[in-house]
Amino acid sequence: MELTCRSRSCKTRWKLTGEIDHHRAQALSRELEREVSTRLPGELVLDFSGVTFMDSSGIALVLRASRLMEELGGRLRLESVPGQALRVLKAAGIHRRVELGEE
Amino acid sequence: MKPVNSVKLEFLSRSANEGFARSAAACFAAQMDPTLEELGDLKTAVSEAVTNAIVHGYPEELGKVSLRLRRYEDRTLEIRVQDWGRGIPDVEKAREPMFTTGGEERSGMGFTIMESFMDAVKIRSRPGRGTCVTMRKKLSSRPGGRL
Ligand SMILES: Nc1ncnc2c1ncn2[C@@H]1O[C@H](COP(=O)(O)OP(=O)(O)O)[C@@H](O)[C@H]1O
Ligand SMILES: [Mg+2]
Repeated sequence: MELTCRSRSCKTRWKLTGEIDHHRAQALSRELEREVSTRLPGELVLDFSGVTFMDSSGIALVLRASRLMEELGGRLRLESVPGQALRVLKAAGIHRRVELGEE
Repeated sequence: MKPVNSVKLEFLSRSANEGFARSAAACFAAQMDPTLEELGDLKTAVSEAVTNAIVHGYPEELGKVSLRLRRYEDRTLEIRVQDWGRGIPDVEKAREPMFTTGGEERSGMGFTIMESFMDAVKIRSRPGRGTCVTMRKKLSSRPGGRL
């Protein structure tokens, strides 16, 4: 699993790496759910700096994260999104629904 | 118009082949000296179409997926992804943003992304017979680049 997790108080930062596609989506989604339900973060930061490719499977993952954080009454932020992944998020209109960029 | 070059690949509908299909398409497109952005768009479109064949074409069984790549003299790249699986009952509905028959892990944005990253997307499908998605994109001309 190319996913590292570092938690500081109520803020959880995830560094996503490699290619986010359907092949990896299920494992990533399970990981996301486990982390959010055990840490109950007030803020979840998805660090995209290590993502080399993303397709619409990544959109489903981001929307899942958004719903989970909404249920917790917390925030979701996407950080360091590379060009290709950003184009996918924009084509789907997701950039208008989630917070993007550094703090 | 006759293609300048053409390749055809056939693989089983295993999700591990999604990455393979993307890389193969990127390798073929590299002959056309695309920009980094164009290369990303092509890989994304291939990933969407191939994933659909794997996930929706053959939801419970393993089947054959074909990827054909063609390069034309006017710098058009044609990508055709075909499966012989379930087929799509209503293609117009399937094209709509957010429409999905998949579960939580699908977004329903696959066709929307293919349409926004490619110049043209044609879908032929018959329920019970399979689906064929043909996409075209004309790459920008690059001064000094190879034909
Ligand atoms: N190759 C295919 N075989 C059967 N059904 C398909 C195929 N491709 C797409 N579909 C149908 O079209 C819908 C929309 O596809 P898409 O826009 O890629 O969204 P998603 O894959 O997230 O569901 C799918 O949910 C499915 O019902
Ligand atoms: Mg899809």
